[in-house]
Amino acid sequence: MQVNESIAIEHGLSKIEYKKICDLLKRTPNITELGIFSAMWNEHCSYKSSRLHLKNLPTKGKKVIQGPGENAGVIDIGDDDAIVFKIESHNHPSFIEPYQGAATGVGGIMRDVFTMGARPIANLNSIHFGSPQHKKTKNLLRGVVRGIGGYGNCIGVPTIGGQTCFDESYNGNILVNAMTLGLVKKNKIFYSKAAGINKPVIYVGSKTGRDGIHGASMASAIFDEKIEEKKPTVQVGDPFTEKLLLEACLELMAGESIIAIQDMGAAGLTSSSIEMASKGKLGIELNLNKVPCRELNMTPYEIMLSESQERMLIVLENGKEKEAKKIFDKWNLDFSVIGKTTNSKKIELFYDEKKVADIPVDTLVENSPMYDRKWKKTKLQKKNKLNKDNFKSLKILNVLNKLLSNPNICSKEWIWEQYDHTVMGDTIQKPGSDAGIVRVHGTNKAVAASVDSSASYCYAHPLTGGKQVVCESWRNLISVGAEPIAITNCLNFGNPEKEENMGEFVECVQGIGEASKYLNFPVVSGNVSFYNQTKEKGIKPTPSIGGIGLIKNYKDMITMDFKKTDNIVLVIGKTEGYLDQSIFSRDILRVKTGPPPEINLFNEKNNGQTVLNLIKKKLVRSAHDVSLGGILVAVSKMCIKGKKGLEIKKPKQLINQFEYMFSEDQGRFIVEIEKENYKQVREILEKNSVHYDELGIVLHKDIVIDEKTKVSIDDLIQSNNNWLKKYMDT
Amino acid sequence: MNSSVVIFPGSNCDRDMDVALKKFGFKNKMIWHNDVELPKSDLVVLPGGFSYGDYLRCGSMASKSKIIDSVIKFAKSGGLLMGICNGFQILTETELLPGALLRNKYSQFICKNVFIKINDSKNNYFKNIKKNILELHIAHNEGNFFCSSDQMKNINDNNQIAALYCNKNGEIDDKSNPNGAMNNIAGIFNKEKNILGMMPHPERMIDKYLSGDDGSVFFQNLISNLK
Repeated sequence: MQVNESIAIEHGLSKIEYKKICDLLKRTPNITELGIFSAMWNEHCSYKSSRLHLKNLPTKGKKVIQGPGENAGVIDIGDDDAIVFKIESHNHPSFIEPYQGAATGVGGIMRDVFTMGARPIANLNSIHFGSPQHKKTKNLLRGVVRGIGGYGNCIGVPTIGGQTCFDESYNGNILVNAMTLGLVKKNKIFYSKAAGINKPVIYVGSKTGRDGIHGASMASAIFDEKIEEKKPTVQVGDPFTEKLLLEACLELMAGESIIAIQDMGAAGLTSSSIEMASKGKLGIELNLNKVPCRELNMTPYEIMLSESQERMLIVLENGKEKEAKKIFDKWNLDFSVIGKTTNSKKIELFYDEKKVADIPVDTLVENSPMYDRKWKKTKLQKKNKLNKDNFKSLKILNVLNKLLSNPNICSKEWIWEQYDHTVMGDTIQKPGSDAGIVRVHGTNKAVAASVDSSASYCYAHPLTGGKQVVCESWRNLISVGAEPIAITNCLNFGNPEKEENMGEFVECVQGIGEASKYLNFPVVSGNVSFYNQTKEKGIKPTPSIGGIGLIKNYKDMITMDFKKTDNIVLVIGKTEGYLDQSIFSRDILRVKTGPPPEINLFNEKNNGQTVLNLIKKKLVRSAHDVSLGGILVAVSKMCIKGKKGLEIKKPKQLINQFEYMFSEDQGRFIVEIEKENYKQVREILEKNSVHYDELGIVLHKDIVIDEKTKVSIDDLIQSNNNWLKKYMDT
Repeated sequence: MNSSVVIFPGSNCDRDMDVALKKFGFKNKMIWHNDVELPKSDLVVLPGGFSYGDYLRCGSMASKSKIIDSVIKFAKSGGLLMGICNGFQILTETELLPGALLRNKYSQFICKNVFIKINDSKNNYFKNIKKNILELHIAHNEGNFFCSSDQMKNINDNNQIAALYCNKNGEIDDKSNPNGAMNNIAGIFNKEKNILGMMPHPERMIDKYLSGDDGSVFFQNLISNLK
């Protein structure tokens, strides 16, 4: 097939990009070469719209071993142990085929982690669906949850946390972001940088089929009515093979034979081989006849662009092929020497003894397009002025019950009961907590992980929203007693070619950068997903932040359940009564405008560090961050978990009780302390200039606001637990 | 006490079982599915997971694996053989235990704590145990025990029920049955009671920081029965 401009456009390349390819090659590419360019230059692989802005994120820190640019980020957790972690999106495939899309998302991120030599020890996920009333939502939710479970459960890695959100902006484009943490010894981390020439290049894992061809290009396209036709490009997952691949790779990694290793994720053999060559400033020569294929007569084009799952590419030391093959034979996996490293700095492909592609590596990577797209700043909206009339008809307990059963606040037990969250025997805080926690096997250490997003805040004001998500992640980790270390981000946005969407991206990234820099909470890995768009309508800007923290002695971790009657409950941080963009405003008052709550980074840091300090001094019995739904929702959850009540004495303030109870002012925590420690706690708070309110006393059952206003915990449990189960059953 | 845990490709509770057995005093060895001989063992365990991917009926491929002949021989000669979760499914597939484990009633994977009432008479697994209601963890998609009425009659006549799903007070009711298992059966013995298959995972509940500590009660009792 003779390549021309229109074929290039069909491959998702622009006219200018096609011309650039011809100029770089000084000739017209053949079809295989064009396929390779289109895969490497699409948004998903090249980050052409985002690179410029991502550069500004803080990525370094004392505990950072590896920042962005590798398969995953790596942080130091002491004693030669390191945690490898990353979050990644699999949005487009999950909308088309929810089970396989979500399953292969989980499979892909686990591969990114064990490629670096780490055994996966925990999975998390952040999933966003359309309005519960939308006709597709229920089936998509069911399929995605099954897919995530189907893959993670089979591999035997616990799913320890996550979040599920509903918002009509995802009606035509759901989000499935999967995150994995792995554990590795600091001196046994593996990288993708090839080194040395004439080293064998090895293909291991599943055979290559025609599934997922151009998957990465699909991820960079806008959905339209014809989206169902894309079903054949969704990859099919085989968790059993991945489990074998995991064990086989870790067995091989125990030795000294691997020079570089890279999983075949988006754009399969193309991106993995080019990545290794590019990082090592080498060339790679592959004989495509040696690639184990599942189907007959696959063309070089198909072999290079297939996104069949559960495959790895390895550069081995010379002479180690036999030893390596033995391991893969034991695990019944394909093993084939398919090429070698060269000093040509080119990727050269052979098929039936003919050269079918010959491309300088730098044209695919360094010379890939980078755009400074036009973007528009989002103006800060005017604050809403609420007056007494807005609250007149409201009863506080009705509001509480409504919020507890709100799809975005209610218990997600129906979801996480379908995930194996206890396999590996080290899960000490399970889903439904502020952060999931797993012990570092055989040690006293534990790692806490949380994943958060706040699309409504980000939509109302991306800069503030970006900061807020990072702060929320930080608070969630502190609430369980973990020292926050670093984050990974999954940036889900609309069409970067539109100024508004690009502006949302730029300002969210700026916000994330500011907060993570201030909190010394660097970004060590991540991924960008653009074109989350159906026809003209984009999703709300949705950065998902995955945060990791360390607990030195797991026995000191904090849970959110109230522990003992008569204990004192404090609100740490100041409550101004800020309602705009709160779930109370949006879903009860039906006021959807206004700016999100402001972020004061000084207060965030000071309040958080002070709470952590109280925890370290063993003065805190339970803790929970105040987020969606404000104080009353936060304490209700603590009551529900602990099956205890609370007598609330609203502090004397000028603001009314709705503003006090449901506002979403930032930088706040609820903590439970023993009476006899109150004096010491107060001194520490005052010394650090941390504002606190005495909220009340833990009771046996019932939340009591005043004599006439009380509710039993059992009723609250009903409100909180039933919505999702009922929704899924009907 | 010597124990052996068989690893099939796709097993994923093998390490957890190894950790638990060693914690309570067993000298444990891991045995690869392609081996043909078991080492001398006082207890052999088939662990949980997805042996061979469970793409065919759960446990059916494992029941044809190389190691399985010597597992069967070991059990037939009276050795203690325990299958947890996928291990239980393998035991029914080898027909060392009667019945089958069908897909859960609500067709969903279930991962949560359950209570089981255990049968502590005349068997080395539970006799002398200090609690007869244990809180353990389940994590499975196919744990819905089913058998023919003849088989059920034999099971009852021979006192082969090892554990029943119950509430925390020990009452056997529908509400406590997580997966639709016939008569709330969570685990059964063979007639001689040297073979135990059960869905709940005692190895995941071996200290109080986990979902619970009743697995410790089980393992402590088991090893003291064997001494």
